[in-house]
Parts: sequence; structure tokens; C-alpha cells
Amino acid sequence: MSRLIATRRIASNIFAPRLATRSFCNDAPVTLNNAPSGIHIDKEHEDEERFSNDVPQHDIAIVGGGMVGMALACSLASMPLTKHLSIAIIDSNPALLNGPSIKKDDPPDPRVSTVTPATISLFKDIGAWEYVEQHRHAYFDRMQVWDYTGFGYTRYNARDADKDVLGCVVENKVLHKSLLSSLQDKDIKKTIYSTRLSSMSLPTRSSVSETGASASKSLANLAKLELSDGTNLYAKLVVGSDGSKSRVRELAGIKTTGWNYSQSAVICTVEHPAENFCAWQRFLPAGPIALLPIGDNYSNIVWTMSPKDASNHKIMNEADFVKAVNHALDSGYGPRPDSRVFGGDVFSSFFRPNVTSSVNEGFEPPPKVVKLASDKMAFPLSLMHANQYASKRVVLIGDAAHTVHPLAGQGVNMGYGDVSSLSDVIADGVAVGSDIGEVTLLKKYETDRKTANIAMMAVLDGFQKAYSVDFGPLNILRAAAFNGANVFAPLKRNIISYASGERRLPFMS
Amino acid sequence: MSGRMFTRSLCQLQKLCTSSGVKRGVVGALRPGFHDRCYASIPQPAAASVSSLNQAELAKFAAIADSWWDAEGPFKPLHVMNPTRLAFIRSTLCRHFGKDPFSVRPFEGLKFVDVGCGGGILSEPLARMGASVTGVDAVDKNIKIARLHADLDPVTSSIEYRCTTAENLVEEQKKFDAVLALEVIEHVADPAEFCKSLSALTVSNGATVISTINRSMRAYATAIIAAEYILHWLPKGTHQWSSFLTPEELVLTLQRASISVEEMAGFAYNPMTGQWSLTDDIGVNFIAFGIKNSE
Ligand SMILES: Cc1cc2nc3c(=O)[nH]c(=O)nc-3n(C[C@H](O)[C@H](O)[C@H](O)COP(=O)(O)OP(=O)(O)OC[C@H]3O[C@@H](n4cnc5c(N)ncnc54)[C@H](O)[C@@H]3O)c2cc1C
Ligand SMILES: C[S@@+](CC[C@H](N)C(=O)[O-])C[C@H]1O[C@@H](n2cnc3c(N)ncnc32)[C@H](O)[C@@H]1O
Repeated sequence: MSRLIATRRIASNIFAPRLATRSFCNDAPVTLNNAPSGIHIDKEHEDEERFSNDVPQHDIAIVGGGMVGMALACSLASMPLTKHLSIAIIDSNPALLNGPSIKKDDPPDPRVSTVTPATISLFKDIGAWEYVEQHRHAYFDRMQVWDYTGFGYTRYNARDADKDVLGCVVENKVLHKSLLSSLQDKDIKKTIYSTRLSSMSLPTRSSVSETGASASKSLANLAKLELSDGTNLYAKLVVGSDGSKSRVRELAGIKTTGWNYSQSAVICTVEHPAENFCAWQRFLPAGPIALLPIGDNYSNIVWTMSPKDASNHKIMNEADFVKAVNHALDSGYGPRPDSRVFGGDVFSSFFRPNVTSSVNEGFEPPPKVVKLASDKMAFPLSLMHANQYASKRVVLIGDAAHTVHPLAGQGVNMGYGDVSSLSDVIADGVAVGSDIGEVTLLKKYETDRKTANIAMMAVLDGFQKAYSVDFGPLNILRAAAFNGANVFAPLKRNIISYASGERRLPFMS
Repeated sequence: MSGRMFTRSLCQLQKLCTSSGVKRGVVGALRPGFHDRCYASIPQPAAASVSSLNQAELAKFAAIADSWWDAEGPFKPLHVMNPTRLAFIRSTLCRHFGKDPFSVRPFEGLKFVDVGCGGGILSEPLARMGASVTGVDAVDKNIKIARLHADLDPVTSSIEYRCTTAENLVEEQKKFDAVLALEVIEHVADPAEFCKSLSALTVSNGATVISTINRSMRAYATAIIAAEYILHWLPKGTHQWSSFLTPEELVLTLQRASISVEEMAGFAYNPMTGQWSLTDDIGVNFIAFGIKNSE
């Protein structure tokens, strides 16, 4: 009888000529197949099959092939219980077809991510980290956070947590490209639709029971996607990884909770005389400025300020901007913390005796910036959380489910946490013969991730609130909180617990 | 907290066994007298071929048949427990039949029968796991619902659904590699006869999987076993079988039907995640895997 899995095809399906889609495997034989999703349909269904000939069916449609969506595709392709699934990736980004060309000598792109050890281990599991390592990336093993008032500072060292590194800074385009390369290596049924999702119809009780013939009935039970180039397709599960303005979320009627801060972030790449191995973050009256190593003599700047200041800084000439950066990082606003007088130990032992900050290390001044090495970009800061991550045949991951401001570099890591969890939940579902679009199954993913993500968002929001107001004389309290690592401890613990969170076995036997 | 959440889902399962509209507390359910009240009108089996039918119970299922696939409806406990019991089935049967636990369709080539399949909540996943599944239920309406739902997915449309009983399949001399009856034995008129039928349907060295709710107080049940089987105070079989078997009773019943129970597990509910998991505690819900003795 008909079975979904029996037909394991070596190359991905290509029905490029008609549907203007292309597969990764450009050298794969071009075959037009009646059942593009790999569903083998037996004799009885042949007529009905001809009837729905033109509409491809997939197990999973990933809408949005960004850094998170591509990681899900790779992860599903890497696990024994999910690699048979037929996957559609829908994204008009031309990089999905050609891959961005990354030249080693180009200065780094200002869009970077600080990936945690847990994200690194996910990338290793799915075979993408080896590609990251072929490009520019910067591990850092130290972190220094301090306040412009000069009252406090905290230093973290990977050694304190028995780790080699605290994290790694990688350009977003490198993460994306590495995932593409790793997916190319995999032998799975995947189809890339180089277009966008325009609308979607989800099965309802009545839509299923009203349909007559059994084949159209089984289609009515699937999600139907309409793409902007006119293509239609069916899927058992639609994954919305289409970013903060998610169309999938909107079409599924999932509401969000969120707010904007009257703050923006300016990002760019800068150059300094020597290589940097530390992540630096200094809190200024209007918000923090961060200097993250990105390899060679480059660092990335993420600088939070009022929207007006952000537009001013965006158009500022290079010399003035470099001066402003050095002023913000070190020379301006207030004195450097004095480690002998206000050394971390005074406050940290007072507030949180067992915190693992490197209290014995003295304050270090950050490297002096000498050159602007990229365009400057400005983004408004906001926090958004989807009220649900899962409904029948729909699930949200990455920025589509939660968007955070870039202060702590956690945005994409939360998305990768979603990827690990969702692929495990799907594998568990396959193991026990579930319909992978079943809401009871998908809710497991939601339960698993919502708690973690909300906790992280609360930390980031609290963090933001605590530093968005200049408390004047009360800054000493803020500085104290710093030294006590009250604010950073949860983040730090999170980084550490993510790292130790070995991924579960794909099923629960 | 944990107790309260747990009883809620227990109540839902319990609803299936009590006449609709009658609210009964869990405390009542746990009292031994509850069985008598609920099962006072068990009809005496007329002929061997219908020995397992309990008409009053079947009427209750027919009344709510439309809601089989409503994950939030009266069958919610079955939906929620499904992955957990399937995980047990997957691991025990993969081991027993020597199948690769990492395979997507480990049961490929095996014939399973799901006795008392209801709307097919268990049959469908088994079909996705590769088994050729026959689902049987005594309620025609259930079979119709099961058929309609299975046809929604080409993979599950291969399931053969029939409105019949285990006894009838025995008469037809059908044999299966694995016979499964989950949450059914507490609804049949004569569990011992029912187990004999399940055994007769199983090929020699084949597998039998049964799950049920253990509602009897352990001490009470143990007392009966001790009185009848260990201490021999009473002739065996004197005890009026209560419809809720204890694990001990089930093991003995299956043993007398030539099935030796190899593995048993309980279900534990985690109120924080709303998920069930397998545990050693078989105090409330339990599932047993047995092997049909070779003749
Ligand atoms: C200024 C800034 C700095 C940041 N810094 C960090 C950092 O240091 N560390 C960190 O971890 N995170 C950081 N983030 C957050 C991080 O960039 C995001 O979390 C991450 O990009 C989310 O990935 P995603 O795949 O979910 O969404 P996106 O990267 O937004 O990808 C969405 C994809 O969906 C596609 N798409 C959209 N709509 C449709 C449609 N209708 N049909 C088909 N396809 C569609 C798009 O083409 C795109 O490819 C930062 C964000 C900003 C704004
Ligand atoms: C609680 S439901 C369990 C359904 C299914 N086995 C599951 O676990 O998802 C019990 C089912 O057993 C059926 N049933 C009860 N007595 C039966 C009998 N003697 N023979 C066949 N089916 C029976 C009922 O009609 C009902 O559908």
C-alpha cells in the first residue's frame, strides 16, 4: 500500500521548469515526478493523483530560509528519524540558490551574532560548524562589563565556568552560508521555492468533512500555501521562520505581545591596532555600547542610543564617529573604574557571595578604535513575543516567535534553541507514529521553549529598563548591582546551562 | 498540586465509564464499592462468541463517538497519553521482533490487530510505524469515524477497520504478530475470556500489549489475590471480577491464557509540562507487554 517513506530518493526533487523553483543539487537529474513529495501513491489513488498532479505535497514547508529556518532544515536532515521527510524551503533570498560569495579579505559585515556554546554544539551536530571555521569567526574567552560612573565593573573568564570559550562572534552571512553548505551535503528530499508566501489556508473541521473524494479529503486535511509566483503547495506542517514580521504568524492568526523602546541600536565594524579576544560592554546614560571581537583586527560595535542620536551618528563622518566611539568606550562620560578602590569583590561578596565573576582580575581598558570598516546601520529596539508558538499544522521559530533587542546577542541563540527543540519533538513524533502537524505534538515544543524564551526576554527587558534611565547619584546602586553580577548572572548561568544542555536522544525509549 | 492536576485527567477518563451527566468524585472512584455501582448491570455473557460485550459500556462509547479526534474532548486523556504508550510499544516490540529502533517504520512487514480501536487513536500511529493494522471495535459508529479519519492520510488509509469482536476474529481463525488492546479490558464483560481470545489471535511467540487503569486500591486487590491464589482461603474464581484489573490480576489472567508478561510500566503525569512519561509506578495507569507461549 501507499507509504510515505518507502521511496527514498537520492537527489532532491526538481520541478524547476514549471514552478520556477530550484534544488540545491544542481547536478541532480532533472525529473518531473508525479508525486513530488515522495509520496508513493498506489493504484487506487492514481486517478485522484492525476487530479492533484500539479500541486506538490511536502511533509514540512519551512517559510523563511534565514539563519534559523536553514538550521531547522539541516537539523531535520541530520537526524535518523527525520531525514526521510520531504522538505520545502520558501524564501526569495537569492543567496539560497547561489550562496553568497564570501571573500576572506573583505572587512566583516556589521551584522553579526554572538553564538553561545549551545549554538556551537547544534552547529556541530548538524555538520555546519566546520564551514563556519573555514570563514572568519572570533572566539572570546573574556567579557568585561562596566559603568560610565566609574563605580563598578565585572569581568568574566571562561575558565571560571570551566569552559574554553564564552562564545563566538560570527557574521550572520557566514552562519547562513555554512548552513547552506551543510544542507548541500545532505541526502534528503528538499525543494527550494525561490519566492514568498502570500497566503495560506489551514484545515478546519468543516473543510475536512465537507470534501467528498478521499484524495481531496486528505488534501483538505493539510495546510495549503499560496506563493507569490502563483505556485501552490500542500504541507503537513508549516514552519514560520520568516522573521519578526512573520507572514505565517499573521496568516495563522497568532497574536503577539510587544513593545518598542524609544531607543535604537547603531551597528558597524571597526578596526583597532591589535586583535581583540574579549567582549566589552560599557553602560552609558543612554544605554550600552558593546565592542565584540570579529577576528583579525576587527570588532563589531552595537551601540544603543536615542533614535535622534542614532540618525546623527549614522550620517557622521568617519573621523568624528571614531572619536565618538572611543569617547563612549573609554575616554568620555566618567572615569575608568578603579579596581583597587571599587574592585568587584567589595560588591560582589556583598550582594551575591557565590557569584563566579573573576573578581581578582583588574579592570582593563578596551582597545582603541582607529578606523570605521563598514557602513553604519541603525535599528529601532523592540521586544516582541508571539502568544502561541503552535497551532494545528503551524509552528513558529526564531524571530517569528520572539524578537529581542540585540543587547545581549541572544536573539539568534534563542532561535537555535527553538530549532533543537522542534527537531527533537518532530523526531519523537515520528518515532511514535504521530501526524507531525498534530497540535498536541507541536504544543510540546511550545511548552519546552516558551518558558526558556520568556525567561530570557524578561532578563533582557529588565536589563534594558535598568539601564535606559540615568539615575544620577543613584548610579552607585546600579554599579553595585553590576559588581554583584545581579544582572548578568542569569545571562551567564544561561550561557553555561545552554552549553551543558546536551541534546536529547531523538526518542524516548 | 500534582495530585489535583492528575485527578482532573483521571476524571476525564472516568467519565467514559460512568453514565454521562453523573458527576462522581475521584474519591468515589477509588472506593471499592464504585465498581459495584458502575457495573451492577453487567449482562451475563450469552454465548461464547459475544462473551466480551458489555452493552451498557458500548452505548456510552457510541454516544460520544463523534468526539474521538477532538484532542480537547472527552478522549483527551487518550490523546495525551498516546505518545507515551506508543513509546513503550515501540521499544518493547522493536526489541521483541528484533527491529531497528532508529527505523522510521520499524513494524514494516508485521501484522497487528488493535482490539477495541475506537476512533483509531492507536491504529493510525501503528500504521505510520509500518505495521499492517486491522482495527476492530464492537461499536459500528466508532468504526465509521475511524475509517473517515484514517482516509485523511494516505499512509493510514491502508488500515483495515471492521466492526467485530476479538471472539469473531478467533472464529475466523485470524492470527496476528501482535495483538493490542489498550484501555479496553476494563470495559469488557469477562476479562478472562477476553484475554483468551486475545491469546488465540496471537501467533506463537507473538506479542500482546494491554493497558488499563488500575483503580483498585492496592491493598484491596492484594487481599483478593492472596485469599484466592496464595492462601487458598477461597476457591479460585470465587471473586466477582471487578472490571478494573490490578496489574497482578492482569498478569495472572494473561498467564492462564498462555501469555507471559515480560514487561510492565506505569504512566506518570507531570503537571508542569502536561506530559505523561513511563515510570515504575503502576499504581494508576499501566501497560503490559507479554509473549504468547509457543504451543
Ligand atoms: C541590529 C541587530 C543586531 C543583532 N545582533 C544579534 C547578535 O549579536 N546576536 C544574536 O544572536 N542575534 C542578534 N540579532 C538578532 C538576529 O539577527 C535574529 O534573531 C536572527 O536574524 C533571526 O533569524 P530568523 O531566521 O528567525 O529571521 P530572519 O533572519 O529575519 O530571516 C527571515 C527570513 O524569512 C524570509 N521571509 C520573510 N518573509 C517571508 C515570506 N512571506 N515568504 C518567504 N520568506 C520570507 C526572509 O527573506 C528571511 O530570509 C540582531 C538583530 C538586529 C536587528
Ligand atoms: C477507552 S476506548 C479505547 C480506544 C482505543 N483502544 C485507544 O486506546 O485509543 C474502549 C473501546 O473499546 C471498545 N470495546 C469495548 N468492549 C469491546 C469488546 N468487547 N470488543 C471490542 N471492542 C470493545 C469500545 O467501543 C471503545 O471504543
